[in-house]
Amino acid sequence: MSEPIVWLTIFVLSVFVGIEVISKVSSTLHTPLMSGANAIHGVILLGAIIVTGSVESTTGLVVGLIAIVLATINMVGGFVVTDRMLQMFVRRPKPQPQESAK
Amino acid sequence: MTPTWAQLAYLVAAVCFILSLKGLSSPKTARNGNLIGAVGAVLACGTIFFARDLDHLLPILIAIAVGTVVGVVGARRVQMTQMPQLVALFNGVGGGAAALVALLELRHLVALSGVGAAPEFDLAATAFTIVIGGVSFSGSMVTFAKLQELMTSRPVTFPGLPILFGGALLACFALSVVMVLDASIWSGIVLGVLGLALGVLLVLPVGGADVPIVISLLNAFTGLTVAAGGYVLGNTVLLVAGTLVGASGTLLTKLMAAAMGRSLFNTLFGALKGGSTLGAGEISDRPVRSAGPQDVAILLGYAHRVIIVPGYGLAVAQAQHTLRELVDVLGEKGIDVDYAIHPVAGRLPGHMNVLLAEAQVPYEQLKEMDEINGEFKDADVVLVVGANDVVNPAARTTPSAPIYGMPILNADEAEQIIFMKRSMRPGFAGIENELLFDPKTTLLFGDAKDTMGKLLTAVKSI
Repeated sequence: MSEPIVWLTIFVLSVFVGIEVISKVSSTLHTPLMSGANAIHGVILLGAIIVTGSVESTTGLVVGLIAIVLATINMVGGFVVTDRMLQMFVRRPKPQPQESAK
Repeated sequence: MTPTWAQLAYLVAAVCFILSLKGLSSPKTARNGNLIGAVGAVLACGTIFFARDLDHLLPILIAIAVGTVVGVVGARRVQMTQMPQLVALFNGVGGGAAALVALLELRHLVALSGVGAAPEFDLAATAFTIVIGGVSFSGSMVTFAKLQELMTSRPVTFPGLPILFGGALLACFALSVVMVLDASIWSGIVLGVLGLALGVLLVLPVGGADVPIVISLLNAFTGLTVAAGGYVLGNTVLLVAGTLVGASGTLLTKLMAAAMGRSLFNTLFGALKGGSTLGAGEISDRPVRSAGPQDVAILLGYAHRVIIVPGYGLAVAQAQHTLRELVDVLGEKGIDVDYAIHPVAGRLPGHMNVLLAEAQVPYEQLKEMDEINGEFKDADVVLVVGANDVVNPAARTTPSAPIYGMPILNADEAEQIIFMKRSMRPGFAGIENELLFDPKTTLLFGDAKDTMGKLLTAVKSI
């Protein structure tokens, strides 16, 4: 078992990384970025699988399976819909380089 | 105990998520960024099947299959215009899943506490996940209902709301303390219910135009619940992924609020201070000047500089392809045409760029607000299609308006303003637009697609 302080360290460092990586985003990409981040937290699916894999009661199993379905919708749907949004940015005729407006 | 190779796989997944967010913040790398994120998520979830002996393997796989089908179909079928509510929905179910996971883990902790071994930190983190997961779920459902227009998009308040909200918040704190001291599954369930109530109370008073900010905030909340869940389960990838989303989501919320000239506090609690119901959306019968497609075509055809202000109404009517054709025709006539994109045109920041990119509008013609606001005074004609709040001068002049302080496009500085509108109905923020009654303004009524088609024919024949 890890010490809480180790977890706190990971937490604090992740906060800084999270802020740093998106600090230069242009407002054009706010929506896809939000949607992508939304898909990433769908990884709670992993947590749902872990708890469901060790429940004993039927009630627990039902609750766990509901959690798995919901988390999968979040994760899979989130990535697919973000990709659909971003396709729009890429599939553009190529007379000029894509990134011109600042 | 998690084997070392699985820990390493989790580390790789966590790095994928960081690279994903990094990629998503630049147009060139955005699509790859999203793919990297998906790879990380699949890697993380795949690992667990080999790292642990799981019971109920078959039902778990079936549940994943069901979720995948629902997610893919939902994401593929949805109209581009309905994207914002879909994101809200996905976020909500994620929060709900986190809360359910925490409830199940609580059962486990309760069993441990019988022998005096349940650590306080774990219980506190579990309580946090249950409450905030509940807030995220119910809050997202309310934003979904607002965006889908299942309920009014205007702020909903009632006299006791602040007291009720404060009371529910205090009760959550108190019950969390009780839970840490003496864990029981019932305290967890009650906490979940309180969380659901808090979410509803939090989002109800938020006005339609501010909904995007709230979606982003709830997204950050869900991230934090996932992080707390990761702590409880002793899983690093959940902790890192959740924290990344929580932190970047909070920053993104601030950036969005800044783009709309709102503070986060005002967004959430502005309506509670009262006085934001100006205009209340009543339809005034003051005189307006309206014209037909022919007249408007002449205005456009003989202009030198035209700026187009597209709004959500354009996309709802699916008129963006016809609009692009119109702009092409005007361009061939040597007229200088640009699109002025307000940061929150559409329903979310960047939403309009997506909708226009779908119609293959060249990126170069899309001008952001700061870039183009100085050019309106030189424009002969501004064509406002399906937009309203983003050109409403009330944002500058009327302190009591809900959109007061939001930066707007200076369409009123142009020589001529043409509004293409379906009716005199006010915009999403529910307030009347003075600009409609301006002597420089001409209204072109009708369904945007239909009228745009007629306008296109008329311009071609000049």
